[in-house]
Amino acid sequence: MDYTFLQQYWWFLLSVLGSVLVFLLFVQGGQTVLINKLDPQRREMMIGSIAHRWELTFTTLVTFGGAFFASFPLFYSTSFGGAVWVWMLILLGFVLQAVSYKYRSCEGNLLGRKIYDFFLVLNGITAPLLLGGAVSTFFFAGSFSVDKSNLLDPASPIISSWDSSLQGIELLGDWRVVAFGLAVLFLSRLLANLWFINQIDDSEVKAFNRRQLLINSIIFVVLFLISIITILTATGYETTGTNTFINVEYKYLNNLLAMPAALIALLIGTVAVVVSIIATLAKPTFHKGIWLGGAGTILVVMSLFWIAGYNNTPYYPSASDPTSSLTIYNSSSSPFTLQTMTYVSFAVPFVAAYIVWVWRKLSN
Amino acid sequence: MQMENLLNIVDWSRAQFALTACYHWLFVPLTLGLGLIVAVIETIYLRTRSDHWLSVCKFWMRLFGINFAIGVATGIILEFEFGTNWSNYSWFVGDIFGAPLAIEGIFAFFMESTFFAVMFFGWKKFSPKAHLAATWLTAFGATLSAWWILVANSWMQHPVGMTFSPEEMRNVMTSFSEVALSSVAVNKFLHAVSSGWCLGGIFVVGVAGWYLLKKRHTQFAIDSIKVGGAVGLVGILVTMATGHGSAVEVAKVQPMKLAAMEGLYEGQCGQNLVAFGILNPNKKYNDNQEAMLFDISIPYGLSILGRNDVNAFIPGIKDIIDGKDMIDGKPVNTVAYDQRIERGKAARRALADFNDAFSRGDTVAMNAARTALAADYAYFGYGWLNSPQEAVPNVAMVFYPFHIMVTLGGWIMLFLMVSLFLVFKKREWLTFSVKNIKIFPLLAIITVPLTYICSQCGWIVAEVGRQPWAIQDIMPLKAAVSSVSSAGVMTTFFIFAILFTILLVAELRIICTQIKKGPESNI
Repeated sequence: MDYTFLQQYWWFLLSVLGSVLVFLLFVQGGQTVLINKLDPQRREMMIGSIAHRWELTFTTLVTFGGAFFASFPLFYSTSFGGAVWVWMLILLGFVLQAVSYKYRSCEGNLLGRKIYDFFLVLNGITAPLLLGGAVSTFFFAGSFSVDKSNLLDPASPIISSWDSSLQGIELLGDWRVVAFGLAVLFLSRLLANLWFINQIDDSEVKAFNRRQLLINSIIFVVLFLISIITILTATGYETTGTNTFINVEYKYLNNLLAMPAALIALLIGTVAVVVSIIATLAKPTFHKGIWLGGAGTILVVMSLFWIAGYNNTPYYPSASDPTSSLTIYNSSSSPFTLQTMTYVSFAVPFVAAYIVWVWRKLSN
Repeated sequence: MQMENLLNIVDWSRAQFALTACYHWLFVPLTLGLGLIVAVIETIYLRTRSDHWLSVCKFWMRLFGINFAIGVATGIILEFEFGTNWSNYSWFVGDIFGAPLAIEGIFAFFMESTFFAVMFFGWKKFSPKAHLAATWLTAFGATLSAWWILVANSWMQHPVGMTFSPEEMRNVMTSFSEVALSSVAVNKFLHAVSSGWCLGGIFVVGVAGWYLLKKRHTQFAIDSIKVGGAVGLVGILVTMATGHGSAVEVAKVQPMKLAAMEGLYEGQCGQNLVAFGILNPNKKYNDNQEAMLFDISIPYGLSILGRNDVNAFIPGIKDIIDGKDMIDGKPVNTVAYDQRIERGKAARRALADFNDAFSRGDTVAMNAARTALAADYAYFGYGWLNSPQEAVPNVAMVFYPFHIMVTLGGWIMLFLMVSLFLVFKKREWLTFSVKNIKIFPLLAIITVPLTYICSQCGWIVAEVGRQPWAIQDIMPLKAAVSSVSSAGVMTTFFIFAILFTILLVAELRIICTQIKKGPESNI
């Protein structure tokens, strides 16, 4: 297999994993409903309907991280080693989530149910917000530099360095990053509303989620439009060699127009999400919005990954040192590793098939 | 980032990784062991269709579920810490090291988490046979997960299947099978997983002992001891056999670690094994002080352990640093550590030359530099060291855990053999008491924390014994870290320390509450 094909294939696989991860963040969105005043019985019904799904989101995150490490290790070392606090806060939230579902209802759980519920809310907010923020740096850049020749300096051998001593916290000062993160947060909340409407056969739960869906959707649409317009009108880098870049106006819009698949995925995905919301709000008997909205979410996120990484675009641009920007070509694993991992990836459909089979059976 | 600050970051990053790894390893072996035990018990239930065995199965499954959650939670941090705290490492060997982690996610982690859900919520939704298959698949998924993680860890101890690419300034994989099936990986996998079976078995016997002490659920306790004791005994026997295999591997690929495990500075043919000893804390590798203040040794023991030969020479720390070894009674010239340091620096100079030639596009100079680099690359990591002393791990932190591990391992084997003998042949002795103290239940309960100590000691030996290397001989820890502030790493260290401690206490309280409640039916 050709090296360029392998690099592009692995970026595609990451786009699939990343988009499925964003869809599965509906679990986190669902956790944030604990903020609302609900009668305890209905609250438990809603929590119960997502309680057995957290492992899927968690496992997808771990696999996404592992796949990034295996296929684009320079991103792994630069982003994780640079924007440390963003990633640490994300991970802490997931640690708390993993124990909270199990422990909140156990006798002798030390902290009491309310604290574990607070942990779930915390993870529900931080995971979509910060994951969205971290991924938005694919477009809005981070401030880092990479110099592999540092390995030759025994006193200071570290090749990737982050310019800000805040180690990623400073990203929250960029309104574009915050808007993107909030868009993902409200997307996860509206997907959670669609999920509850689909899963729980209770008129009050459905009515509550329809009201919430309207609010979450309005906020999401506004934030999504701001983010997508900002991205499509932004000036981006284009690679002209291994580590050489030029500025291109409307780079991501150009990418979208240059790649019909990305354009179609973005349009169909957006329409699917919007239709799922409108149909659920307009038709009380319609309860399959989660599947339509979920599919739309996956298509939109995949499209964003494609315009971030394909068409000679650095998927991780550096604001402070453009020559350090990472492309799928200068940051990937070797051809041997990518090829080996490609054989491994052929098992993914089988894994997905048994997961779907098991969950369908459990849901029935 | 200057050297003084760098070392501070290295120390805190090490402390953080050690903390998270130690906590994680409190929960993983119980998942491995209890997973297998639950699968065996459910198999018995399916064959007998007895409500009694169903109740036994559901009780242990409940404890398995509580432990599983926190094991998963502590594990996620470890994967991402390679990026956050060891970013240079992630680039330098990510081409090789990332693959096992990704494969773990794709194959093992999804299998484990999916069938875990069936185990707990699928009793009425799946046929009994399908449910049993899910239980076995959960146990298998956990074991498979351990396989890939241990492959990754073994590769750090014994880097194989790779070559250095000077163009990219990193190592690249050349053989996946060498990485995944290295003898070190196979041994380490069997050793670690079987130690998990052993710990799971001891946990079950310990809890059953508590019921015997309280005169509650006696039949449940006896049946649990039968299964837990059998799984535990198989576990400890395999652990011991593979422990010997590990020692042989260590003698081959990490002789410094073996020397530190035994506090051995100057070796000899027919080397004794220290059964019990107190190290001289003032001993330096290059002085004439005695290594031990006191010791009781087993004649020829280390020669047999390390090289399967009564008369084999086992080099000590000073021998290794001086480049002295003997194979089959003949002196072997190895490379002395001061020469390794020189050759490591020569390799770095060759890499600098290559880099320079590469930027000029001078292929002749590139080829010359590449040849020079290849000749010395085996010692590349030594180029970061300033003296041979830096290549010696903390001997006390390897020696004492090793001896505690071996001593406790012996006790565990003896205890499990006695447990099975009593439960099958002399059941009335299980509650035998002296002055109102029930001997077996008390020993069963005490053996649980001892087994955890034994298990933790194993990892301390493996990881502290590897120091100062992140990757044996190729990259020391001080070259593997991230460009982060030591204050930041210190902060996350304390956050994890407090959080994991709280979660551990919560887990222990929940498990104790469940144990006090006992199985669902009064058996």
